[in-house]
Amino acid sequence: MSAELAEPASKIELPAGVGGGGEIPTFDVHLRVRRYNPEVSEEATWDDFHLTMYGTDRVLDALHKVKWETDGTLSFRRSCAHGVCGSDAMRINGRNRLACKTLLKDLDTSKPITVEPIKGLPVEKDLIVDMEPFFQSFREVMPFLVNKGHEPTRERLQSAEDRERFDDTTKCILCAACTSSCPVFWTDGQYFGPAAIVNAHRFIFDSRDDAGDMRLEILNDKEGVWRCRTTFNCSEACPRGIQVTQAIAEVKQAILSRKI
Amino acid sequence: MQVHKYDVVIVGAGGAGMRAAIESGQRARTAVLTKLYPTRSHTGAAQGGMCAALANVEEDNWEWHTFDTVKGGDYLVDQDAAEVMAKEAIDAVLDLEKMGLPFNRTPEGRIDQRRFGGHTRDHGKAPVRRACYAADRTGHMILQTLYQNCVKHNVEFYNEYYVLDLLTVEEDAVREDGTTYKQKRVAGVVSYDLASGELHVFQAKSVVFASGGAGKVFKTTSNAHTLTGDGMGIAFRRGIPLEDMEFFQFHPTGLAGLGILLSEAARGEGAILRNSEGERFMERYAPTIKDLAPRDIVARSMANEVREGRGCGPNKDYVLLDLTHLEPAHIDAKLPDITEFARTYLGVEPYTEPVPVFPTAHYAMGGIPTNITTEVLQDNDTVVPGLYAAGEVACVSVHGSNRLGTNSLLDINVFGKRAGIAAAEYAKTADFVELPENPLAYTTELLDIARNGTGDEKVAVIRKELQDTMDANMQVFRTAETLNQVLRDIASFEERYRRINVQDKGKRFNLDLLEAVELGFLLELAKVMTVAALYREESRGGHFREDFPDRNDEKFMKHSMAYKDDHAPADGSAESIAGIRLATKPVVFTRYEPMVRKY
Repeated sequence: MSAELAEPASKIELPAGVGGGGEIPTFDVHLRVRRYNPEVSEEATWDDFHLTMYGTDRVLDALHKVKWETDGTLSFRRSCAHGVCGSDAMRINGRNRLACKTLLKDLDTSKPITVEPIKGLPVEKDLIVDMEPFFQSFREVMPFLVNKGHEPTRERLQSAEDRERFDDTTKCILCAACTSSCPVFWTDGQYFGPAAIVNAHRFIFDSRDDAGDMRLEILNDKEGVWRCRTTFNCSEACPRGIQVTQAIAEVKQAILSRKI
Repeated sequence: MQVHKYDVVIVGAGGAGMRAAIESGQRARTAVLTKLYPTRSHTGAAQGGMCAALANVEEDNWEWHTFDTVKGGDYLVDQDAAEVMAKEAIDAVLDLEKMGLPFNRTPEGRIDQRRFGGHTRDHGKAPVRRACYAADRTGHMILQTLYQNCVKHNVEFYNEYYVLDLLTVEEDAVREDGTTYKQKRVAGVVSYDLASGELHVFQAKSVVFASGGAGKVFKTTSNAHTLTGDGMGIAFRRGIPLEDMEFFQFHPTGLAGLGILLSEAARGEGAILRNSEGERFMERYAPTIKDLAPRDIVARSMANEVREGRGCGPNKDYVLLDLTHLEPAHIDAKLPDITEFARTYLGVEPYTEPVPVFPTAHYAMGGIPTNITTEVLQDNDTVVPGLYAAGEVACVSVHGSNRLGTNSLLDINVFGKRAGIAAAEYAKTADFVELPENPLAYTTELLDIARNGTGDEKVAVIRKELQDTMDANMQVFRTAETLNQVLRDIASFEERYRRINVQDKGKRFNLDLLEAVELGFLLELAKVMTVAALYREESRGGHFREDFPDRNDEKFMKHSMAYKDDHAPADGSAESIAGIRLATKPVVFTRYEPMVRKY
C-alpha cells in the first residue's frame, strides 16, 4: 500500500491512554560543571549544582536553570534547542553530545552528571571553545560543489540512487562533536578531523561534482585521512547518526583506487 | 574606537543574509555580522520544503502560486510582491540546485515536489505538488548550501558580533509637492564583539538587515533561543516603522508542551489530525482540503477542539498527529527528522502511536517595511537610501496576514538575492555617509544600564512572565480584554526591566548581558505586536479577534504601520498607546479581488 493511496477513515477508534498521560515526574540531579574564566583565574574548577528537574528536561534545561536562577555567569552556546543548529556540543559524562538532545532521565541521575567543554579546541570561557580551528579545517577541503561542465538552464539531473549515495554525510550540522571526540585530533590539532572529512565525502560522492580528485589529494596529505585510527569515537559521538568512520573509510578507499 | 569600513554590511547569517552575501560579495566589499556562527541560524530548522511552480510532477504555474499566496495571506498580501516571489521562485530553486543543494529526486532525476498546506492547483481546486524538498531537512540543506557557497566565494564573516545599533543621519528634504521632511541616510552599524566585549563601528554605504524573527516573545515556540527580534527592535528604535506586527503565525504541529516543530510535510505526506474522539476534525473546518488548509485555519481549529473539550492527554490540552496508517519505510524516507524528534523528546513511536501536538509560535509575518527591491521604507513611500531588509525581519509584504508553508524559505532566497544585488549596486554609486558624532554613545549607554544595574529583578523571570502573558492572551484567540491585559503586564515589565541585575560583570562572552539586551527588544516588540492587534478590530489570517470575528475589508484592508513616538499620549486611544503611534499603508492589488476565504 503506498501512502499516496491510503485514505484513512474519517473517524477511528483510538487506543486507550493514547499519547501518554499522567503527571510528568520530577527528580533531583547533581550537575557538576567545568568552569573557566581567564578574566577571573587561570585555573579551571568544578562547580556543583543541585537541581530539581522534570522527566522531559534535557541537559540544556538544567544548564539554563542554573544560569537563569543561580549563576548568571555560567556561559555556554545554544540556539535551536532541538539538535539541528549544532551550537551546544559538550562533553557530558565523558561523552560528546548535544546538551539539547540529551534527556536527563536517560543519564544515571544517582551520580553527578559532569559537563565539560569539548576537547582539543582552546577553551574561551566555561563550556565555550574557540571554533575557528574547526571551521578552518572545514574550509580547506573545498566544501562546495564544483562543476566544470556547461551550466544547464534547468536543474542538473541526478538519479535517486546517485542522490542516496551521499545522503548520510549531508546531515552534518558542524557541531564538532565528532572531531573533538577523536584522540588523534586531541594530540595533533593539525589533523583535518572527522567533520572536515565528512564534508569532503559529501561532495566527493556527489555525482554532480567534478573536484573529487582535488579533495582526495588534499585528504591524502600527512594530516589527512591516514591519521584516522578507526576508533569509532566519531561515529558514536555524532548526534545526527552519521556513520562517520565508514565515510572516512570510503574516502580512504577512494584515494587508493582513485575510483569514485 | 575600532572602525571598519565596508561597501556593504549584512546583519545576520541565516538564509537571507547568506543569500545576499553570495551576491553582494561578488560585486562589492562585503562583511557579514552575526551574533551566532553562520550555520547556527534558524533557517536550518525549517523542514518541509520550498515551493516553486517547476511543474516537475504535475501541471502548475507561477500564477497559481501567486494566487495561493494572496489568498493564504487573506488578501493583505501586496500582490506585486507575491508575483515577484512566485515568478522568481523557479530560478531560486534552480540556483540552489546549481549551488549543490541535494534535493530529493523524481524517478527521472528531476527535483521532486510534494504537497503543502494552501498550495493548490488552479485557484483552489485541489492540493498541488509544488514544494521542492530534501527529506524533512530542507532548511538545513539550504543553510549548509548557502554557507558552502559563502566559503567558495570567500565571504568575510564576523562571527559572534552582535549588532546593537543602526547609525543614521537625517537631512532636510523636499517632496515633489513642496512639503519638507527628514530624510534618513545610513552610515553604518555598531556591533558588540561577544568574545572580547569590545564595541566596533562598521561604516558602510549599504546595510542589509537579515536578522530573523522574534518568536521568543512567546513561551511555546518553534523558534531558537536567539530569535529575539534584534533587527526589528534596532530599526524601530531608530525611527523606522514596523509593518503588520499583529500578524504572527502559530504553526499547528508543535510537539505538545515543547513547541518543537513537526513539519507540515507530515500532513503533505498523508498524516491526519485527530481529536480525543478519534475524529478527523479538519473535515469540519476545511471540507475541501482538510488537513492541508493553511496554518492559521488549522491552528485555530485545533485550539477550538481543545476549547470544546475534545483535547487529548491528562489535561485534554492537545490533539494528535496520526501517521500510523503510513508505511514506516515511507516515513523513514520522507520524514526522518521529525519522527526522531517525537521519539527523542516525547518518547512516542510515530509508526504505531499518534503524536501529541499543539500550535506553536512560529513566524512573524510583519517586520521592517520594504519595497520589492528590498529597500527599507521610513514611511509609506520614502525609502532610506542604502538600507535594505530581507527574510523574516522584513515585511515586503508577501505573507500578508498568514504565510503559506514553504514561502519563508522562498522569501529568504528570492528577496535575499535581491537585497544582495541591490545593496552592492547602490554601494557602487554612493559615497560613505559621515558617521554621526560619537557613534558609540547610544550603545554604550544601553550596555552600561544593563550591566551596572543594582536592582533585584532577574532577566529570566521577567522574560518568562512576558512569554506567559503572550501565550495566554496574544495567541490564536484574542479579545480587547486579553490584549489590554498584555499591555498592562508589559507596562509593569518595562518598569521592572529598569531594575534588572546582571550577575556577570565581565567582558568575555558575557551572555548574561546579551540576554538582558535581548529582553529589551522582546519587550519593545511584544508591545508593538499587541498594540497593533488591539487596533485591528477584525479577524484576518493569523489575527483572530473573538470580539470581531469577521474580516472587515472596508475598514481594515490595509497594513498597519507602528512608529516609535515618545510623544504619543498614553490615553488608551487605539491609535496611540504610550510611546507607539499607529498609521496605515495601502495594500497593493494587481489582479485578485478579495473573496471570502474558504478551503
